Amino acid sequence: MIPAPFDYHRPGTLDEAIGLLARYGAEAKVLSGGMSLLPTLKLRLGSYAHLVDINRIPGLEYIQEERGLLRIGAGTRQATLERSELIRTKYPILGDAVPMIADPLVRNRATLGGNLANGDPANDGPAIAIALGAELIVKGRGGERVIPANRFYKSLYTTELKGDEILIEIRIPVPPAKSGGAYRKLKRKTGDFAAAAVAVQLTLDARGAVERAGIALTNVGPTPIEAVKAQQFISGKTPDENNIPETARLAAQAASPSADRRGSVEYKREMARVLAARAIKTALDRAERS
Amino acid sequence: MAKHRISVTVNGTAREAEVESRLLLVHLIREVFRLTGTHIGCDTSHCGVCTVLLDGQAVKSCTVLAVQADGSSVSTVEGLEQGGKLHPVQEAFTEKHALQCGYCTPGMLMTCSALLERNKQPSEQEIREAISGNLCRCTGYLNIVKAVQHAAERMRAS
Repeated sequence: MIPAPFDYHRPGTLDEAIGLLARYGAEAKVLSGGMSLLPTLKLRLGSYAHLVDINRIPGLEYIQEERGLLRIGAGTRQATLERSELIRTKYPILGDAVPMIADPLVRNRATLGGNLANGDPANDGPAIAIALGAELIVKGRGGERVIPANRFYKSLYTTELKGDEILIEIRIPVPPAKSGGAYRKLKRKTGDFAAAAVAVQLTLDARGAVERAGIALTNVGPTPIEAVKAQQFISGKTPDENNIPETARLAAQAASPSADRRGSVEYKREMARVLAARAIKTALDRAERS
Repeated sequence: MAKHRISVTVNGTAREAEVESRLLLVHLIREVFRLTGTHIGCDTSHCGVCTVLLDGQAVKSCTVLAVQADGSSVSTVEGLEQGGKLHPVQEAFTEKHALQCGYCTPGMLMTCSALLERNKQPSEQEIREAISGNLCRCTGYLNIVKAVQHAAERMRAS
């Protein structure tokens, strides 16, 4: 399959890239890893007259922890995250998720920024970013903006990104002591999107009660879903065999899945509940041991 | 639509081509450079038969634009053999019967050679994970895994 014709641009700087996006408007699309965009163009599900390739712009691939923030450059490859000792040991929610995204060859190209900016509810990054309380840094002609991940997703394939803006960095607060996260994903085979998946990040206080809970769902609605009621319910409580199932039930209640070849509405909501309970238990266990 | 003049080092040889923006890397390799060892299968980045190394990284060449390879090096299955001698992973595939129809083999070989470059002693689990983006419908993977283990042993010994 061959995409419809387009012009290809390879800017050397971020400002040049932003200028191209500003000039071509809705006819332009940012090409990062290309692992969603190129299949979209080949299958002719979408077409753009101009692709702006940001792969050669220096300074977009990094993983740095400093001053209480983990900063990840938007161009960082999933494979780089997967091999990062820091990510594996300190951010197990990402350590869980990344090896379950697509397959190793796709992860060699795919970027975290692309996964987050794409706006596809089947992408795993958004729920994780929401659970972690991450902020997304975008840059356009007007300069930089900081957008909390839980306010970034508006509807299917629609985000807060303006036409001339590029996602450049993901900022994650370094989890305090007694924090733990987990990502639980149900998929049919390697390379498949989730039938349902749940991201959980917990921080416990000195008594073992939940000080902060981030709970978000993947691919059970038109956008990633922050399970606000579940978060509120478990906050301040010491997780136990009674309130964990109730938290998971509330999380699943936030889902609004549609039926497709991965399952019925009822099945997906039920899987969201089961995965939420498992993710909470694992996150709790990790928090207690951290 | 503008065409782009690109330079790509293919299996160690500098090559040039004039390409349309939308030309895929796999078509550049097969139809412009006439290296047909790299196959096309699903054409939707699932099956992995189009796997090549782009600057040493195994990628699915049906999902990369040719113009994106400008200034880069590309390794295909034709480049594995050196000086008339098969790559250890190629030898191991023949010895351990790691192929039947052979359609997935070029992609498998590229993925496995990249794995052995960064991991000299992969476990069975690591091999299975590494090839999880390459589909084989003949062998059930058992002999492919054995072949990679065999190649790893041979590469460590030499």
